[in-house]
Amino acid sequence: MGLQTLFFYLFAFIAVASAFMVVSARNPVYSVLFLILTFFNAAGLFLLTGAEFLAMILLVVYIGAVAVLFLFVVMMLDVDFAQMRAGVLEYAPIGALVGLILAAELIIVVAGSVFSPEIAKTVPMPIPALSQRTNTAALGDVIYTHYIYFFQIAGLVLFVAMIGAIVLTLRHRPNIKRQNISQQVGRTPETAVQVVKVRPGQGL
Amino acid sequence: MDGFFSTYVWPAAIMIGQTLLLLVALLIFIAYILLADRKIWAAVQLRRGPNVVGPFGLFQSFADLLKFVVKEPVIPASANKVLFLLAPLVTVTLALAAWAVVPLNENWVIANINVGILYVLAISSLEVYGIIMGGWASNSKYPFLSALRSAAQMVSYEVSIGFVIVTVLLCVGSLNLTDIVNSQRDGLGTMIGLPGSFLDWYWLPLFPMFIVFFISALAETNRPPFDLVEAESELVAGFMVEYGSTPYMMFMLGEYAAICLMCALTTILFLGGWLPPVDVWFLNWVPGIIWFVLKATLVFFMIAMVKAFVPRYRYDQLMRLGWKVFLPLSLVMVFLVAVTLKLGGWA
Amino acid sequence: MTDLLGSYIPIAIFIGISLVIGLALLVAPFAVAFKAPDSEKLSAYECGFNAFDDARMKFDIRFYLVSILFIIFDLEVAFLFPWAVAFKGMGWFGFWSMMVFLGVLTVGFIYEWKKGALEWE
Repeated sequence: MGLQTLFFYLFAFIAVASAFMVVSARNPVYSVLFLILTFFNAAGLFLLTGAEFLAMILLVVYIGAVAVLFLFVVMMLDVDFAQMRAGVLEYAPIGALVGLILAAELIIVVAGSVFSPEIAKTVPMPIPALSQRTNTAALGDVIYTHYIYFFQIAGLVLFVAMIGAIVLTLRHRPNIKRQNISQQVGRTPETAVQVVKVRPGQGL
Repeated sequence: MDGFFSTYVWPAAIMIGQTLLLLVALLIFIAYILLADRKIWAAVQLRRGPNVVGPFGLFQSFADLLKFVVKEPVIPASANKVLFLLAPLVTVTLALAAWAVVPLNENWVIANINVGILYVLAISSLEVYGIIMGGWASNSKYPFLSALRSAAQMVSYEVSIGFVIVTVLLCVGSLNLTDIVNSQRDGLGTMIGLPGSFLDWYWLPLFPMFIVFFISALAETNRPPFDLVEAESELVAGFMVEYGSTPYMMFMLGEYAAICLMCALTTILFLGGWLPPVDVWFLNWVPGIIWFVLKATLVFFMIAMVKAFVPRYRYDQLMRLGWKVFLPLSLVMVFLVAVTLKLGGWA
Repeated sequence: MTDLLGSYIPIAIFIGISLVIGLALLVAPFAVAFKAPDSEKLSAYECGFNAFDDARMKFDIRFYLVSILFIIFDLEVAFLFPWAVAFKGMGWFGFWSMMVFLGVLTVGFIYEWKKGALEWE
């Protein structure tokens, strides 16, 4: 138990510290890298509560895909960081207000289970013990049957994201010669090669 | 104090010992794999390969290591120093860290976690960062462009690797790598009357997926014929062009460690891990790790041969292969395998 | 739970030792090698010329599109993992719910293909 507490404080401290560095780093690329560090520690915190599938998926999807997207965009854009930084003080009160609202919501959720213990006890779908069913298998038992509507909605959200990304970003450049690979590969010797008998010294 | 010693220090010492043993053995294995790659490539081209340093060139990799260590480490003046040095460190650490969950024999695994294959997939997703950081930190157009293209390439083939792993998981029912190997003790071979043989392994019923996984592993690790972004004749070592001395060596080490990891993963997923080819008493007597290393070396031999005789793919051909051929193919195979398992009553 | 977490401790130790090995390799030449800095050695490699212009290239939308498509398909694979693990003993309802999900995303994929988002890169 001591080791678990030690790791909890380690992950929590580094997560909060790197989250602070995300907003205060000078270079936007450093910000994204600190964000990646925050995600790593969040995955560690998930692991400590036993949600191992979620921790690994955080690594695969959030860090392995979403943060790569952030990094691509930040690295390719030529952001004038000094100009951006100049507007920070203007928006600081709004930022503080948003932070206060989020903190109040967190406190309400967590303290609610202290004030009325029956909320914490009634779990809609209790998971089986870890020794009987691993975390991933327990998830698989319920997502596709019991929570099928949420699952299908997630699928539709992904579908809309796909369509939206293409509609918003795809611009066809005119006058581009494109290759038709199947046409190229489907070439036969009859159309491609022509055998000519050449007399020595005569040329073609 | 005695309780502290026995619950914390002694298990930690055992884990550290096992880790060091595996890492040292792995690094020596990678050193000889590097030499084997060059020798196989040379043999295909009817020449000898390195044979000067030591008998048959066996000390070549160690001589190369020594050369890299005594070279001057050049950090370009306009480069971002922290990221420049962080990139190779990240590459090597991640490539080695994935080996913690690879089972070399029954119960011979350092971390027997429930989500082993997901952990390995996460590590290969993260390997993209070493390349992106290395390319960007060099602060020069060509490494950056090469890093972006290499990252886009790696990311495109990860999707088909994910789908292939899902097809294997449909047959297994667990994410644990040891369970994946153990479930290959029976299969098609048992059904036709050869129990515990190499016909039980998943390469036979999932043969198209075996091929897709092999090729995607080549593309994922920037290996020829998909090495456009780091080939000498194309972008002069691509994102590594500004690197020299041990940072460069660490990129190479990370790449070969990733290749060995893909060989090991192919062995575990499709070739039965540490299981002997036929369940006979004298083959069972050979330790499982020997079978594992033999199979992984066989897969590496195929990888080295592909390097020697396949011409390089152009970048748009590469992306077309990943998105328009492998992705639909693996998607259809997921459906087919699931339907077959359900209708055949095995699931 | 301690069983579960106990199986992850070796990973932490393993990553720590790999980090130590990496750091040792990284720091070694700074300590050992003979150094002779020169302004030509420290300039960027551009086949012998001085750099023509800034290192920033024009923003290429294709990398962005590839990353977004990768995120979508990675999430699809993430949903497929628990399904594959719980497949034995799931029954036809679970099977068909996943097939509907895959069908929706396949329609999106066909749209992408037809629109040419998978082209020329």
